[in-house]
Amino acid sequence: MSAGPVPASLARDRRPPLLRLLAMARPLRGRLLGAAAAGAAATGCGTALLALSGFLLARASQHPPILAISVAVVAVRALSVGRGVSRYLERLASHDVAFRVLGQVRLAIWRRLEALAPGGVAVFRSGDLLTRLVSDVDATQDLFIRGVTPLLAAALVGGAAVTACLFILAPAAGVLAAGLLTAGIVVPLAGAVAARKAARAAAPARGKLAASVTELLDGAADLHAFGAADAALADADATDAELTQADRRTATACALGAGLMSAVTGLTVWAVLLLGVAATGAGSLSRVPLAVLTLTALAAFEAVTALPAAAIQLGQARVAASRIALVTDLPDPVREPSRPRPLPPGPFGIQLRNATVVYPPGGPPALDRVSLDLPPGRRVALIGANGAGKSTVAAVLMRLRELTAGTALLNGHDLASYAADDVRSVISGCPQDPHLFDATIGDNLRLAKPGACDEELDAAAARARLLPWIASLPQGWDTPVGTRGAAVSGGERQRLALARAFLASPPLLILDEPTAHMDPPARRALTADLLAATEGRAVLLITHDLDGLDQVDEIVVLDHGRVTERGCHRQLRHAGGPYQRLREGLGEGGS
Amino acid sequence: MRAADPRLLRHARAARTCLILAVLLGLAVTGLIVAQAALLARALAAAALGTGGRALAGTLLLLLGVVAARAVAAYGGEAAALRAAARVKSQLRRKLIGHCLRLAPAAADGPRPGQVGAQATRGLDGLDPYFARYLPQLVLSVLVPAAVVATVIATDWVSGVVIAVTLPLIPLFAALVGLHTKAATRRQWRLLAQLGGHFLDVVQGLPTLKAFGRAKFQEGVIATVTSEHRSAAMATLRIAFLSALVLELSAALATALVAVETGLRLLYGHLPYQAALLVLLLTPEAYLPLRAVAAQYHASAEGTAAAETIFAILDTPLPARAVRGTAVTGTAVTGTAVRGTAPPGAAAPVPDLRSATISLAGVTVAYPGSDRPALDGLNLDIGPGELIALIGASGTGKSTALRLLLRFVDAGSGIARAGGTDLAAIPAGQWRAQIAWVPQHPRLFQGSVADNISLGQPRASRAAIMDAARLAGAAAFVEALPHGYDTPLDEQAARLSAGERQQLALARAFLRDAPLLLLDEPTAHLAPDAAAAIDDAIRGPLAGRTIIVATHRVPGLAGASQVITVGGDRRAEPASRPASPLAGAVIR
Ligand SMILES: Nc1ncnc2c1ncn2[C@@H]1O[C@H](COP(=O)(O)OP(=O)(O)OP(=O)(O)O)[C@@H](O)[C@H]1O
Ligand SMILES: Nc1ncnc2c1ncn2[C@@H]1O[C@H](COP(=O)(O)OP(=O)(O)O)[C@@H](O)[C@H]1O
Ligand SMILES: [Mg+2]
Ligand SMILES: [Mg+2]
Repeated sequence: MSAGPVPASLARDRRPPLLRLLAMARPLRGRLLGAAAAGAAATGCGTALLALSGFLLARASQHPPILAISVAVVAVRALSVGRGVSRYLERLASHDVAFRVLGQVRLAIWRRLEALAPGGVAVFRSGDLLTRLVSDVDATQDLFIRGVTPLLAAALVGGAAVTACLFILAPAAGVLAAGLLTAGIVVPLAGAVAARKAARAAAPARGKLAASVTELLDGAADLHAFGAADAALADADATDAELTQADRRTATACALGAGLMSAVTGLTVWAVLLLGVAATGAGSLSRVPLAVLTLTALAAFEAVTALPAAAIQLGQARVAASRIALVTDLPDPVREPSRPRPLPPGPFGIQLRNATVVYPPGGPPALDRVSLDLPPGRRVALIGANGAGKSTVAAVLMRLRELTAGTALLNGHDLASYAADDVRSVISGCPQDPHLFDATIGDNLRLAKPGACDEELDAAAARARLLPWIASLPQGWDTPVGTRGAAVSGGERQRLALARAFLASPPLLILDEPTAHMDPPARRALTADLLAATEGRAVLLITHDLDGLDQVDEIVVLDHGRVTERGCHRQLRHAGGPYQRLREGLGEGGS
Repeated sequence: MRAADPRLLRHARAARTCLILAVLLGLAVTGLIVAQAALLARALAAAALGTGGRALAGTLLLLLGVVAARAVAAYGGEAAALRAAARVKSQLRRKLIGHCLRLAPAAADGPRPGQVGAQATRGLDGLDPYFARYLPQLVLSVLVPAAVVATVIATDWVSGVVIAVTLPLIPLFAALVGLHTKAATRRQWRLLAQLGGHFLDVVQGLPTLKAFGRAKFQEGVIATVTSEHRSAAMATLRIAFLSALVLELSAALATALVAVETGLRLLYGHLPYQAALLVLLLTPEAYLPLRAVAAQYHASAEGTAAAETIFAILDTPLPARAVRGTAVTGTAVTGTAVRGTAPPGAAAPVPDLRSATISLAGVTVAYPGSDRPALDGLNLDIGPGELIALIGASGTGKSTALRLLLRFVDAGSGIARAGGTDLAAIPAGQWRAQIAWVPQHPRLFQGSVADNISLGQPRASRAAIMDAARLAGAAAFVEALPHGYDTPLDEQAARLSAGERQQLALARAFLRDAPLLLLDEPTAHLAPDAAAAIDDAIRGPLAGRTIIVATHRVPGLAGASQVITVGGDRRAEPASRPASPLAGAVIR
């Protein structure tokens, strides 16, 4: 039972999401068909079992020679074993297919998120994404377990039962056919329609709930401090009420399906019995066919009993699948070339020409015709007011944002002609809001360079002035940092991020506020160190700390997305421009 | 294999009426099935003797009535059972969320948000089959076989004895197979919950992963966890299906035994046709409830495994005082070392911070799980209206000192008093109502800009919100947003720049009508001019309040009544909660 590699694409197309999922199971279709066959065999055996038992008894009551019924006796046993074994095989095969596809869907979601981050992911709350990945993906398994095989089995077995009855009493076969069609199509549809509203409400409510829960716990300290915890909890409770309400509606729909199914089954069997009894009374039907007929009708419904619930679950699976498709269908935030240009050998330099970025929807440009030169070995400091567009420059250079207009060049070629991952392998550094993973200090650092040896880790940590602290910890490098680094101080967290940049040591280094949350002596020492260590490499230093900028080659002042001043410290110090105003008016700056 | 978890049963009480109704209707359905079988048998037997339709009218009419009643009972039973499940799930969910929120400020060793998110949704949904099917079935599995066997014995005692003898095989086999499921399902659920916790962490850290080319690698981690989950799930399913197979076979063999035995006796004329038919129709119904209970046991195994992890969280004790306060806000998270220092029941009157002095003498704080102090020997007297600056290198305990004043941690040793009352004895909720805080890494929430600023002052007027924003230097950029103060912020306000987020957090604290203002590096991420504006606000419009500010900016110190250097060179290690089992996978 080994499957070939499954293409993990949930490729964007116009087909309904459930069909796309079904298409993903294509390489496993052999197994899926096997499951359907086994399912049909199981249901068939069950129906035949009851019919045959009826035959057995009816015939026996006529006191025939024993041989006349011994075949049936053996067949009854064979059928009951056959039913059990085929049901077992069907379930194993269909679940296996479902779980394999599920895994592919999870991967496809992750791949999409990875391409979308950070800009494209922000439209979702992370807790909601979590439900899409966990609950919604799980809900789609009903497509394979309840959607495909029971339908096929019901059609096959129902058809066979009706055909068998046709040979006994044609009108009764007609009634049975009508009953089976009602039970197999009308009742499930009715259930699905009754549950539709609930299905549409439940999945989003589940997402909202998970989002509130994660947000609530992530922000618990702020909520408690501001006395807002009770209100936030009330919000979560309201979402819970929404979800419970949807659950209740689904319950009603399920119950409706069960009740209707019971009614249709009972009525059909009743009608068949009525016709049979009438025929017997008229002398056109004897006792054996009558028993077989009635019991076949009764047993045939075994093939359809599960369908109303399946229809409701399929409805839920459909909602889940479209929630998944919503993620996987989001367009790329940055263009990826179809044939990426290979990275040139170093050294690397970048140029921005009239770079303009407008964040949707419309609004003023965050970057407005900004030009910047970062040839190998040049160190440029980017300064300016909050919201001036500094981090946007970094995002553009790291291919996390697309330019609205203008060009960005890496060694003379459009940045967009390289694969984004390749670009980030040479342009990287320290983000403004570094994330610490819920792992150890060592793991969090090693992430920047997976193959790094211990000496390299030590060196990077030493340069970020982190080593004495790590050495003082009883668990050293193996100390966990807590959720989002909650168990380390702000300065320690910042240094860890800086150590990552040192360890990765890309040819083009972008540092966004590397010394935030640090004390003045540490800040001064680190900035000096940093600039000394990166000599010969292109460095973009984004900072609010105006100390030590005499060591950079160029200072660029941004304001409202525009370059308002540029030059070296010597030129700008007394130029009477924004740089001088910032320095003189405010004494020592910094975080 | 325990039949039912007592803790789950306790929660089932919330839906007692629904559950009892489900069981009663289940019994009614059984009665109706027996009646239907008897009527069918009578009709078939009578017809066999040549009785025409007219003579059978009574039987057929009765049968119609039974069919109708059965449909109604099926509807009612299903509705009651599923509603019971919805009810219990909701109750458990609320409990879980509330408890986690109460535990949460201990951040470092609280439950992981992603895991709780997965538990509250997917985990609890796994309990549907438990409450809706397993529990009612458990009752029915005792009553129904008894009723069926009684009916069969009354009809044909030989068959009745055969059923009664073979019946116990079902629970026996079920128990034998079921023994092996527990560990496997636990593993299955753990993997899924871990995937949840891990996923949340990596999604939030995606920019960092991308910056270092590690996002692709995560694909591998997610692929590994999912395929492990698949094999764990398939392992449990294999057992469940095998159990179903074994039970089905034993039931089928028993049924076949009955069929053959009745057939033979029928053949030799020892048994009337009608009785034989009735026995044939009823025999499977005797085994069905037991088989169903076994099947539902397996179907709800994941749910019960999830419930176990949820109960483990609910069993984590809250710090002494938090238990007493009914509201969530009455919470403090205490270092383990100091848990229970406050005498039980001694909620002291809350000192008024507009007049009371806070005095800290030799205060030491250690985080839970760590014995080395994060804050060591702080001495500080805080008079009303003072501006106090805390300075010191990273990790010396400035933020910890502020957390102490917020009652997120309690002093391990030393004296911490407010207006002469031990800080640890003051109800946290009322105490915090007098405090506004700018954390070192503020969190903004889903909602509008105005909602975020008014977090601690929900009834504030728009004018007051705008004043606070102006004071924090946020007014200009907020007004430039597409819908101004009503602009919705996405989670963590990703659409704002870091400095802008900080300014919103400042506005939020400034707006709160609180005499004590705790500012943890309030000008971090702010440009020099914006930082200077905050300095001016602290010394100007905010001067009436008591302000404690942890800062690294020299200009921020001007005008301070005291400048305290926190800590020597001693630093504490973080709490020793084991890292997430998947955490290492981020790297390798
Ligand atoms: N995803 C986004 N959608 C809409 N607007 C955005 C988005 N990201 C940033 N902005 C806006 O673009 C402007 C520039 O943001 P950016 O983060 O580049 O500023 P910055 O110079 O780095 O500021 P700071 O010094 O505060 O970090 C800001 O006004 C910000 O609100
Ligand atoms: N929740 C926590 N659990 C364990 N250790 C912590 C926790 N929070 C902070 N620490 C540790 O306590 C020390 C003091 O932290 P903190 O008060 O944040 O320092 P700072 O003076 O930089 O604000 C640091 O070494 C930090 O690693
Ligand atoms: Mg920025
Ligand atoms: Mg701090």
